[in-house]
Amino acid sequence: MDKKKLLNARSIDITLNRLAHQLIENHDNFENTVLIGLQSRGIYVLDRLVPILEQFGIEKVANGTLDITFFRDDFRRRNSPLEPSMTKIDVLLEGKKVVFIDDVLFTGRSVRSAMDAIQSFGRPAEIELLVLIDRRFSRELPIQPDYVGQQVDSLAGDRVSVEWEGQDASENAVYLEFAENE
Amino acid sequence: MSELSVNHLLGIKYLKPEDIELIFQTAAQFKEVINRPIKKVPSLRDLTVANLFFENSTRTRLSFELAEKRLSADVVNFSASSSSVSKGETLIDTVNNILSMKVDLVVMRHPKPGAAYFLSQQVDSIIINAGDGAHEHPTQALLDAFSIREKLGSLNGKKIAIVGDILHSRVALSNILCLQKMGAEVEVCGPSTLIPKHIRSLNVRVSHNLRETLDWCDVANMLRVQHERQDLKYFPSIREYSRLYGIDKALLDDLEEKIVIMHPGPINRGVEISSDVADSDQSIILSQVENGVAIRMAVLYLLAAKRKISFSA
Repeated sequence: MDKKKLLNARSIDITLNRLAHQLIENHDNFENTVLIGLQSRGIYVLDRLVPILEQFGIEKVANGTLDITFFRDDFRRRNSPLEPSMTKIDVLLEGKKVVFIDDVLFTGRSVRSAMDAIQSFGRPAEIELLVLIDRRFSRELPIQPDYVGQQVDSLAGDRVSVEWEGQDASENAVYLEFAENE
Repeated sequence: MSELSVNHLLGIKYLKPEDIELIFQTAAQFKEVINRPIKKVPSLRDLTVANLFFENSTRTRLSFELAEKRLSADVVNFSASSSSVSKGETLIDTVNNILSMKVDLVVMRHPKPGAAYFLSQQVDSIIINAGDGAHEHPTQALLDAFSIREKLGSLNGKKIAIVGDILHSRVALSNILCLQKMGAEVEVCGPSTLIPKHIRSLNVRVSHNLRETLDWCDVANMLRVQHERQDLKYFPSIREYSRLYGIDKALLDDLEEKIVIMHPGPINRGVEISSDVADSDQSIILSQVENGVAIRMAVLYLLAAKRKISFSA
């Protein structure tokens, strides 16, 4: 399978810094804002955004992680069910501005599930979506991101993967793997 | 692995250690769900569960019903006292009647050992055994083992004592099987009249001395004296049983190790366990009850996942 590097460690750094600035533009001192990393891969983006925001003088960035397994729309349709990960949300979200953080936006189905799941913690005043990679033209639902690291044009069979230093790779990188031609 | 190897939960006997591990991992996530401000997920919203209780139960039924409702399943309840069983209908006829109303899962408690297994061979539905006579009570064993693991971090190599009426207890048999599969050592303790003759064939230690058992174990699971199942006298008096096989605070404090105290409920306070022990910080009785809902949600969810949705007629 052909594999192309879309972003290297340095460009991911620059992108994350830009996304942090855009968040500050809209959320000021984050007084009423909660960042929610979507399990399982969105939490790595969250883990890197929070220190950058703190570096820019935001004192307290309320955040948590949300697992959407029990809210998926493909339960009893998949061959093997997905294993749930930890949800950790210690604040009530009633009236808060929530920003979902994910690594790759593809069909939009995870985000739809997340919008359902988040209601268990109260009714947010608004929900925004931040993604590192937006695979535009692949959406199956009417969902668009508010903050985008990079847009990628890809076919449905292609694979976009984000690798993180210390998790699954020696350095941060984003790859696009092309589907085999038949 | 993210799928159970079984299609029904008939007994711990049929589960592999990996199945139990998967149930525990899933239950841990459901425990978080039931502590949310809104304690409900939509996973089973297109499924109907029938709770068939051919024998009295309050807490197990309540726990199952809550688990089903937290998963958004539709629930119907059926109990023997208000049913046509007393009019002579057979088990298969009763269940087939209910299944004709398009029920997907059956949770059943029945006084006859093997009733759940028998049913699973006869009808096309997911069967969950909620207790069959003195045979098995798998969800109770799973929630007990899950609670111990939560408290002690692991089950491997831990010493667990099951104290009391082993003879009439389905909790005891399922617990022994489950704990052993997870690598724990089990000792049963009670008067010789309440310990089945062939229990040693399960590779458990047997004791008739409570003090020795408590000195040995990390966890003591105090079973209830089941007066209603005892058709003859197995011990001279409640008072004597309580003196020989009941735990009170003085005994608990006298032990060198700080052991964990469990009880499957309902407690006979002052018989197998005194009030101050049941309410002490060494007791995990109430977390057993909370974990019961999470474990049952995990079992329902994982079994439902195996029944693929079909849109054909």
